[in-house]
Amino acid sequence: MSDESGEADRVRDEGFDDFLDAIESGEGFYLECPEGHGSLPPRRVCPHCGATDLEHVALPETGEIETYTTVHVAAPEFADDAPYVTAVADFGAVRLTGQLRELDAGELDVGTEVTVGIGESETADERVLAFRPR
Amino acid sequence: MTGVRVAGVGLTHFGKHPERTGRDLFAEASQRAFEDAGVPRADVEQLNYGNFMGELSEHQGHQGPLMAEAAGLTAPATRYESACASSGVAVREAVKDIRNGEADVTLVGGAERMNNLGTAGTTEALAIAADDLYEVRAGMTFPAAYALMARAYFDKYGGSGEDLAEIAVKNHDNALDNEFAQFQRAITVEDALDAPTIADPLGLYDACPITDGASAAVLVSDEYAEEHDLDAPVSVTGTGQGGDKMALQDRQFLARTPAAERAAEEAYDDAGIGPRDVSVAEVHDCFTIAEVLALEALDFYAPGEGIGAAARGETTRDGDRPVNLSGGLKAKGHPVGATGTSQVVEMTRLLRGDHPNSDAVPGPVGVTHNAGGTVASTTVHVLEVEE
Ligand SMILES: [Zn+2]
Repeated sequence: MSDESGEADRVRDEGFDDFLDAIESGEGFYLECPEGHGSLPPRRVCPHCGATDLEHVALPETGEIETYTTVHVAAPEFADDAPYVTAVADFGAVRLTGQLRELDAGELDVGTEVTVGIGESETADERVLAFRPR
Repeated sequence: MTGVRVAGVGLTHFGKHPERTGRDLFAEASQRAFEDAGVPRADVEQLNYGNFMGELSEHQGHQGPLMAEAAGLTAPATRYESACASSGVAVREAVKDIRNGEADVTLVGGAERMNNLGTAGTTEALAIAADDLYEVRAGMTFPAAYALMARAYFDKYGGSGEDLAEIAVKNHDNALDNEFAQFQRAITVEDALDAPTIADPLGLYDACPITDGASAAVLVSDEYAEEHDLDAPVSVTGTGQGGDKMALQDRQFLARTPAAERAAEEAYDDAGIGPRDVSVAEVHDCFTIAEVLALEALDFYAPGEGIGAAARGETTRDGDRPVNLSGGLKAKGHPVGATGTSQVVEMTRLLRGDHPNSDAVPGPVGVTHNAGGTVASTTVHVLEVEE
């Protein structure tokens, strides 16, 4: 994002942006330690047990909504997006936090199955993790 | 190991003071604490000071020495930042230093200036207590995070918006006579249920306000209190701190707060008490659901059973164990960095008998519970009236 106020482009966050790229190309992954704990990049150490040999494992195709809310009062970077739905979905070894697309909160329940992809925020044109109904 | 006495306490009014600087707020709170303590400033060996968003709200980092100056001290000063638990951590470090013999007299406190940022600016500033990559960039705000926890709680254990509204009503009632509180105004369950939604299931009255304010306490060793013949009947007898994963999505539980469970267990063990010995509590109710999670983490209730405590009258001022007699963050206000110490200030006044709600305190043991972010960090303190 670049604007007249001279705000610089957001610097690429290696690891995190690699993860978004992977999700965008349908090759989502998470990190797994020898004990089977899942975590998300960037990460050098398993946050659950401290193991340092982390492997890329394919993210399951679908996750289950575990909790969600409709945000009516947003931070400035999401001002034009509000109201929008933010949810936490369980993908087995990891959970992801993202925004809901193509569904209203009224059509959503704990347990609803979703896939994860990339969406755009209206306000800042930034990539956001987006859940869609399966 | 020496005991730790609360020699004196002070607060500013909590509320909207957008034109007052953090340094002015802290100068006022610390002046009250020194007057209350009767301890000369020259005896203070260190300042432990909590602040969260000073860089964003006042373009001011390095606030330790600045606030020592504002308080009239030449002692070394350190700022503690642990989101909304910043000055709870400051208190804990002071207690440890006094017990270790590192200091006999410590000023602890905190301040936060928030209203000058406006609602959008404050929402953005508070959000930095969450994981930037995985939460903030998904549009999560601080109220949204607690809404996610509330929905998870309702889904797992049951409960309703009405149960939460009862907590807001209780805490507003408790603030009516508290001159330092932001809201000295009663509300009804209907008011709370009819209020605009912020992040469902949480409405405007489920949330604490945006608050400016400061808190301060003079803590001293037993020996210092004795030598100087101080009237300091309240001691800090237990301290505990717990941590958890930063992001909600990485926690084992979405409807429990293990960081606070660990802090409580440590503080109880430290004081040699159990949850059933606690007479009164000040807990971190930044949102109504947070009070429920706190009651369960403090082991006053089993998981899933704290939700109806206010509605059943168990935590109200005439209940067996009143919670947030100050009005809590909900009605007293939540100047983030000042909050942890303000709970110690309110509890001290409640226990020693000079708080407007002291008559509702049923016993000599109080607990304060201060949580940072979505409870990725927590401190718990036990305060007791010495016989
Ligand atoms: Zn592991």
